[in-house]
Amino acid sequence: MKKLTVLSFLIVLLASGLHFTKNLLQHTSGTAEPDIFHLYNWGDYIDPELLSRFEKETGYQVIYETFDSNEAMYTKVEQGGTGYDLVIPSEYMIARMIKEDLVLPLDHEKINGFENIDGAFMDLSFDRGNQYSIPYFWGTLGIAYNENMVKDAPMTWEDLFDSEYRNSILMIDGAREVLGIGLQATGHSLNSKDRNELDAAADKLTDLAPNIKALVADEIKMYMIQEEAGLAVTYSGEAADMIWENEDIHYILPEEGSNLWFDNMVIPYTVKNKEAAYAFINFMLVPEVAAQNADYIGYSTPNKAAMAYFAEETIEDEQFYPDQSTLEKLEVYEDLGQEFIGLYNDLFLKFKTLK
Amino acid sequence: MDKQRKLLSAPYYLWMGLFVVVPVLLMLFQSFRDMDGSFTFLNLKGYFTSPVYLYMTGQSFLYAFLITAMTLFISYPAAYFLTKTKHKQLWLLVLILPTWINILLKAYAFIGILSQSGLVNQLLGVMGVGPQPLLFTRSSFLIVATYIEIPFMLLPLFNALDGIEGSLILASRDLGANEWQTFRSVVYPLSLSGVRSGIQAVFIPSLSLFMLTRLIAGNRVMTLGTAIEQHFLVTKNWGMGSVMGIVLIVIVFVVMGLTRKHQRGGIG
Amino acid sequence: MKKNTKRSSVYLAVVFILLYLPILYLFFYSFNKAGTMNQFQGFTFKHYSALQKDTRLLIIALDTLRVALLSSLAATVIGTLGAIGIYFSRAKRTQRILINLNTILLVSPDVIIGASFLLLFTLIGFRLGFYSVLVSHIAFSIPIVVLMVLPKLEEMNEHMITAGRDLGANQWQVLKEIILPDIRPGVFAGFFMAFTYSIDDFAVSFFVTGNGFATLAVEIYSRARQGVSLEINALSTLLFLVTIGLVLIYYFIQKKQRSKKQPLSLDPTNHEKAVRP
Repeated sequence: MKKLTVLSFLIVLLASGLHFTKNLLQHTSGTAEPDIFHLYNWGDYIDPELLSRFEKETGYQVIYETFDSNEAMYTKVEQGGTGYDLVIPSEYMIARMIKEDLVLPLDHEKINGFENIDGAFMDLSFDRGNQYSIPYFWGTLGIAYNENMVKDAPMTWEDLFDSEYRNSILMIDGAREVLGIGLQATGHSLNSKDRNELDAAADKLTDLAPNIKALVADEIKMYMIQEEAGLAVTYSGEAADMIWENEDIHYILPEEGSNLWFDNMVIPYTVKNKEAAYAFINFMLVPEVAAQNADYIGYSTPNKAAMAYFAEETIEDEQFYPDQSTLEKLEVYEDLGQEFIGLYNDLFLKFKTLK
Repeated sequence: MDKQRKLLSAPYYLWMGLFVVVPVLLMLFQSFRDMDGSFTFLNLKGYFTSPVYLYMTGQSFLYAFLITAMTLFISYPAAYFLTKTKHKQLWLLVLILPTWINILLKAYAFIGILSQSGLVNQLLGVMGVGPQPLLFTRSSFLIVATYIEIPFMLLPLFNALDGIEGSLILASRDLGANEWQTFRSVVYPLSLSGVRSGIQAVFIPSLSLFMLTRLIAGNRVMTLGTAIEQHFLVTKNWGMGSVMGIVLIVIVFVVMGLTRKHQRGGIG
Repeated sequence: MKKNTKRSSVYLAVVFILLYLPILYLFFYSFNKAGTMNQFQGFTFKHYSALQKDTRLLIIALDTLRVALLSSLAATVIGTLGAIGIYFSRAKRTQRILINLNTILLVSPDVIIGASFLLLFTLIGFRLGFYSVLVSHIAFSIPIVVLMVLPKLEEMNEHMITAGRDLGANQWQVLKEIILPDIRPGVFAGFFMAFTYSIDDFAVSFFVTGNGFATLAVEIYSRARQGVSLEINALSTLLFLVTIGLVLIYYFIQKKQRSKKQPLSLDPTNHEKAVRP
């Protein structure tokens, strides 16, 4: 008993020690309640240097919280509980949040630097007139391949169905991404809400199943770098990192078209500090800041004015800043509504069990 | 006297009420509601008529069983030998410490070890065997899952084995039993309570493993955890997710019933 | 007999090596010049210096440890008392129902637990942050403590308690002098399991963190979109070394004390001491 008490006491002591050390690290000198700005973003999705610069320039104290998927983020924002001032979800989730009144309309008067954003990324189907959201990063879905591990460079989704590639493709683990391939390979929109088209797409995908080595997520990058597989369906930002690490890897956008995605800044209904949210939006719209952030993260920035800060070769890189005609073939995910999200996911589950 | 004791256990009952009974009732309630919130049996029917869901349930059960069997097979001798070492408490701690490293990180380490250019394949290369695809196979999934779960089995087993009084074993020896006989008729029956907690501590979480199914098995192994996660987060069909949750609970009660019987048989 | 101990040490050594191989692999690559966990390209400390600058990660690590320590302590206390309550409940049926209830939480998939906890907290207006995480970690750790303690109670010699009572011990003395020393290994096991659950948990923590408070698992998973950086390896290496160090120090201090006291008292888990008035 005595020993147990002593041990318990030691544990409590250790915990207080940890708390004390933390306070030392935080070096908040305890003067007056600081003006807090609450940012909810993907993990490691902003250059930390920019965060401290923002703090220094505006005097706000940033609380940075992270999520690992749009869906998880949605559940948390919807439920309330924490007063997030700014969230950075992907476009299909923004559409859903707009529909459910989870985000607030933006006051365009308060935003400086709108004109820095490339017109191609404004006024899109998920948020007409950018009433609710401002682009943060954008990218595409495409095929990454290792030139030493394929017989010919793939050009289309159809190329992935080649029986030569048996058990050698890494696929992103997402219902819309996978069904999208089936839909586009059969010539349909990846926002299809036609049951026949969807069944046809799922049918088409049964031929792809034997070629799939694994359905994975963020790890694709690592697998491709260490040449575990020669082909992968992945996002442009991930591909950029792969190419950085392994020169044999290339990234293409399939000829049938593909998905264009966005992560945009929105102000959720839980906002407590609107002024800070606008200050942050304006800060991120500054070309030099956007350039530094894109340089750190490796994704494509929608900020046209930021291009001036990049090396010539980055901008001319067709893989990551595609020309207008390619861009036009890309589709943005639309919110499908409850029923079709369910159907897409059921078809996807079935596809998974084919393995 | 009893009143005092009840008072001491009060926080336990409070906590259980708030965090077990309420969520389970919520789950039960949800499983009979459709997406619009009205009463329905469709979720239940949907589950039991879907070959995909039933297949996943079967797989969950099968893999959880295999993982539990393998961890038990490896941990039992380890725990038994451990009780005989000199600094047994220290060694036990040392064997359990690896669990404190984040599971995602350990999974990434395994990816490095099992990959085409990884440690195992390099060893195979030295032995003159060409690189084998080791990742994304069911067996590597089993190996990694077993690795993750071993400490959870080891601890209760060690406790049960260590609790057996030395005098019983000495008595058995004095009566002329050899080591194997002593083990079979003294040590083994007395360790069964530990086996039971070990099985529960491993089997139950194994049913809904979903991290490793993706990272190591590349979704070649599908467990109910994957589907539940999807219904709760992506499709927002909490009714369907809850039905699966309830199914899991029922499966576990069946397993517990079985292990209980097993114990009785062992002692009798 | 000699041969047998040799064989058993070989077996233990193999298990030990297998359990530590991935861990050593992680440690080794925390010194890798390249950014990934394959192809070692040279020795560097850069991930450690990056870690030193990443106060966010350090703070989260400290918070995680604090929650794990406190929640497992609380869960151990509540769970042990709960297990004693279950054990002594008269009707065997009540006992079985309680044990079943106990298992439900272990069974429920993390996502369900997390989402329902979030629902619960917002419903009663509990602010998300340190305390919401602490309370939920206590909640999901209690069942595992009970699971570890119950078998020890079942093994306990009941005559000892009766004897204690006959000698005039009150409820508290019985608990302190007889029950607790006897079930101590189970209590320790419960604490360690609870600590492990708390450190490793992602799904539940994700839903109940907020207002600037996060745990390491949540942060690591959220960073996975960019690939897990070797900085996390460096952090894990350091934490692990500190832990091993603490364990060793504690163990040897304890041993020293024990050997000093040897002639006076026997092992505290020993029954003899328990019945001594």
